Amino acid sequence: MSADVLRQNPAPLLHTPLHALHVELGAKMVPFAGYAMPVQYPAGILAEHRHCRYEAALFDVSHMGQLQLRGDDAAAALESLVPQDIIDLPVGKQRYAFFTNTQGGLRDDLMVTRRADHLFLIVNAGCKVDDTQHLITHIGHRCHIVPMPDHALLALQGPKAVVALERLNPAVATLSFMTGGDFDLAGAACFVTRSGYTGEDGFEISVPADQAVALARALLAQPEVKPAGLGARDTLRLEAGLCLYGHDIDARTSPIEAGLTWAIQKIRRPGGARAGGYPGANVIDGQLAAGVSVKRVGLVGLEKVPVREGAAIVDAHGSPLGRVTSGTLGPTVHEPIAMAYLAVNHAGLQHEVYAEVRGKRLPMRVSTMPFTPHRYHR
Amino acid sequence: MTTKFTADHEWINIEDHDAAVVGITLHAQDALGDVVYVDLPEVGRSYTQGDVAGVVESVKAAADIFMPVTGEVVEVNEALRENPALANSDPMGEGWFFKVKVTDMAQFDGLMDPPGYDALLKTL
Repeated sequence: MSADVLRQNPAPLLHTPLHALHVELGAKMVPFAGYAMPVQYPAGILAEHRHCRYEAALFDVSHMGQLQLRGDDAAAALESLVPQDIIDLPVGKQRYAFFTNTQGGLRDDLMVTRRADHLFLIVNAGCKVDDTQHLITHIGHRCHIVPMPDHALLALQGPKAVVALERLNPAVATLSFMTGGDFDLAGAACFVTRSGYTGEDGFEISVPADQAVALARALLAQPEVKPAGLGARDTLRLEAGLCLYGHDIDARTSPIEAGLTWAIQKIRRPGGARAGGYPGANVIDGQLAAGVSVKRVGLVGLEKVPVREGAAIVDAHGSPLGRVTSGTLGPTVHEPIAMAYLAVNHAGLQHEVYAEVRGKRLPMRVSTMPFTPHRYHR
Repeated sequence: MTTKFTADHEWINIEDHDAAVVGITLHAQDALGDVVYVDLPEVGRSYTQGDVAGVVESVKAAADIFMPVTGEVVEVNEALRENPALANSDPMGEGWFFKVKVTDMAQFDGLMDPPGYDALLKTL
């Protein structure tokens, strides 16, 4: 048998502050974005996935980039790099955003939270070096860009995340989806948002690195909470219909093709008070007006065979229609699920297409996303 | 010695020459993680040593199953098709993949014995 998972990677890897805890918990560590990260614990991806859907799962996402933008001009400056409304974002509110390139493609996607005296950004691990340089180059003269390598990031996700976290600080229950605030947790001064990447209710917790292990242990001591690795994080986000940067979206995909139009507020679209003014705005505005020729869709397999990233999607005659960007057997939905970019005339709901897997054509149907309903606390 | 191993992490038990049992090793299932789908070979079809005879897919990856020896497939594990997790819970027993009629004992003899496979695992 052969698979990439059977090979070892000799490159030296960075460690998160929780590395020793992962090893102690029996995690299988794999290279990811230059870090040694837990792909799964002994329970396995399926059990970890289900635990997150029904109880609460703790993820270490400290490999992601945390940054602060400080200064009176920070919000206006950031608006010159993203098509989102940052200036009007109220204190305590979080917003999904993306850096665009001059071709209207996506440089990275990120979360932005307005705090009392700064903007708090979380960017993808694989993009954080480039993102930081991008910020310094373009808006470094307008605000202070402060990377936070001294902070870990934990995600506590699942329907019972709130009851577990409440025991450490009851005030966290006052947060609603996509809001955040400062909370003391297990003696650590943390910044907590009620958000995540699983489709479930839950929290992301920015904690000083030297207090991260104590906080993680306090969370794992709660009866609802078990650790989950990047494997479950990936299957959870895919069932939730959420894009993974570098796979479902990248520098060659526009937010309109990716179905992320909802994330561009009206005020930044043509006719809005602060329309345009970010890289590639002309391209994106043009696509908003004229439409796009391909779009990201969800696909559900009609047979049990998993359809993975890279699989060709063809029509009944075998003519190519697109390619799968993410795919797995959905552990909660028990069906093959995937995302793909398809020509718009084949992207209608229930449209039947075929995935080519090992020389066979497997029927799939264009489906709504998410594949499992979001259960956010709004 | 009735069980031998391949460098591709299959095992073959030749107690019955006309129906030698093939599966994946404990290490293979551990490296793959939760198995969610198997593609088994065709009963009655002959395969040459090294041919792709099936596929095992976990949540995170797909891996080919290679034929450890030349021969005709005489039976496949239908229970495994129904419950692929057997490959994780009992890879050397209930989680077997298929049975093959062995034609060339020299091929079997050329595979790794248990100490040889253990030594291979230590190099990974």
